[in-house]
Amino acid sequence: MNLLMAIVVGVLYATGLFMILRRSIVKLVFGLSLLSHGTNLLIFTAGGLTRGRPSLIPEGQLTIEQPYADPISQALILTAIVISFAVLAFSVVLLYRVYQTIGTEDMDKLRAPDS
Amino acid sequence: MNSLLILPIVIPMITAALMLLAYRRAMPQRLMGLIGSVIQLIIAFVLLGLVYQNGIQAIQIGGWQAPFGITIVADILSALMLCLSGVIGVASALYSLADIDRERRVYGFYPLMQILLMGVNGAFLTGDIFNLYVWFEVMLIASFVLLVLGNERRQMEGAIKYLTLNLISSAIFLSAVGILYGSVHALNMADLAQKLPTVPQPMIITLAMLFLVAFGIKAAVFPLFFWLPDSYHTPPTTVTALFAGLLTKVGVYSMFRVFTLLFVENVDYTHGLIMIIAGFTMVIGVLGAMAQMEIRRVLAFHSVSQVGYMVMGLGLFSIASIAGGIFFVLHHSLVKSNLFLISGIVQQHAGTTELKKLGNQIARDPLLAALFLVSALSLAGLPPLSGFWAKLALVQAGFEVGGTGSYGGYIIIGVSLAVGLCTLISMTKIWNEAFWKPLPDTALPPPPPMTLARKVLMFTPVFFLTALIVALGLMPDPLLHLVNEAANQLMNKGQYIRAVLGEPHESAGS
Repeated sequence: MNLLMAIVVGVLYATGLFMILRRSIVKLVFGLSLLSHGTNLLIFTAGGLTRGRPSLIPEGQLTIEQPYADPISQALILTAIVISFAVLAFSVVLLYRVYQTIGTEDMDKLRAPDS
Repeated sequence: MNSLLILPIVIPMITAALMLLAYRRAMPQRLMGLIGSVIQLIIAFVLLGLVYQNGIQAIQIGGWQAPFGITIVADILSALMLCLSGVIGVASALYSLADIDRERRVYGFYPLMQILLMGVNGAFLTGDIFNLYVWFEVMLIASFVLLVLGNERRQMEGAIKYLTLNLISSAIFLSAVGILYGSVHALNMADLAQKLPTVPQPMIITLAMLFLVAFGIKAAVFPLFFWLPDSYHTPPTTVTALFAGLLTKVGVYSMFRVFTLLFVENVDYTHGLIMIIAGFTMVIGVLGAMAQMEIRRVLAFHSVSQVGYMVMGLGLFSIASIAGGIFFVLHHSLVKSNLFLISGIVQQHAGTTELKKLGNQIARDPLLAALFLVSALSLAGLPPLSGFWAKLALVQAGFEVGGTGSYGGYIIIGVSLAVGLCTLISMTKIWNEAFWKPLPDTALPPPPPMTLARKVLMFTPVFFLTALIVALGLMPDPLLHLVNEAANQLMNKGQYIRAVLGEPHESAGS
């Protein structure tokens, strides 16, 4: 399972970076979003994968026994998802405005800002 | 008493919320911005006094004991950085009253500025590595919007670069936090500092490099600085001054924190690399500046170059060098923000900041020329201004390190002094072209002169910052003492760990 997740994360990172390097602004947005998904899965995997053991204290007990799924990495991912959603929403709007102002989605058509 | 720690985060948040209530009305927003910034400044100084007298202060948010909850910690470094953000905040709030046009105000410039300050203050105060990521994002989103507000074409073009590189940096930072958590099962920085030595060396090095890249993009060090010169000259001057004073400093602060508290097991490798990066950053930045012919772009490249000095303090890794680095951070923020504010006034006087179209500003406004000269010479490190003491401290520290048999210290001193000379050349270029030479034929017709009120609003923050620069230059001793104490605290991380986790016998049970 760990190996599979590692491959998935690797593929997400690779495709994300590839998309960011493309000239189209739309692909840039897709790339950024793939990158953040890859990161979320990485946190999930690095925190340790535990199947079928939710981090709930069973009824009648005061503590929980090992092994259980780590709730912290889940909380981290939840926060990261919310943040990346907000940033993604902003970048979609920004790129739309860029498209409206400049009339192209080709990055090479953007002037270097110093010219 | 300790709840004072949370105020630098809460006050900008309340100010921004109140501003949103008065969304359509200019006057209340401006007043609130000014009052909020002044309160932040006062609190920062109170906090500095408190931390200086009583040692490192920590507060556990929500009463969750460390290392389980989020901890807010203030040591002298944090408190100094908060004072800096207070000073820059007040100066920009004042300047923005004259600089920000109606369109930008209507779309929420003033609340965003407070949110940005909240993110910056939060990053300086937090004691939790994931929380640091969250504050980075708060700061980033506010800075994205501030950068594009106004919808000018060149703003958009700069913003795409800024957005992409910063999002990649965030992804790397977040991955590093995830892997760190996976290997240590801790997020509290004091807790991490205790547990990290149990992790195998290769893993620590990997993590250190990930953090170095993530913070390196924010701090704009050598191979990662390309977003900075392309975005700093596009937004209004207030925003540029705010960014130049604070944003890269948050990256540098995070480096100082992480590479003194967490990754100190293999100093030869990590800090050696930081020193090489510092050298390249200084040289490439200053060479880039020499090729530019627009005031704000020259200044932006100098920002890159000067980050090299700060990081050099960290790379040399002794108490004296880190103290020098912190002094440099404080000095540079004041000077660079001031220079950007001055460039804004030049823009008002002449209608452009292109050096080829400028000239004879000294006759137009001798006072402005004098103010520029003070800041420019301080940036180049001429005595008796603040930059001289910052560079002197770094060079002395370099000799100490070099004296122990590692030649890296001597090499970096040579590089830094040569770069200082180039900085002076480049500042003289601005002086010659903008202030001294006769007005060229290509000069634009001068815009109508500023009203008196506008002039007062724009000059007051410049006077304020210049006074601070001169004061630091004439009386550097109190600040030198403070940064030494700050460096002492950073290098003896036991104090930090005790302040956060409590005495060892208490935390043994948890």
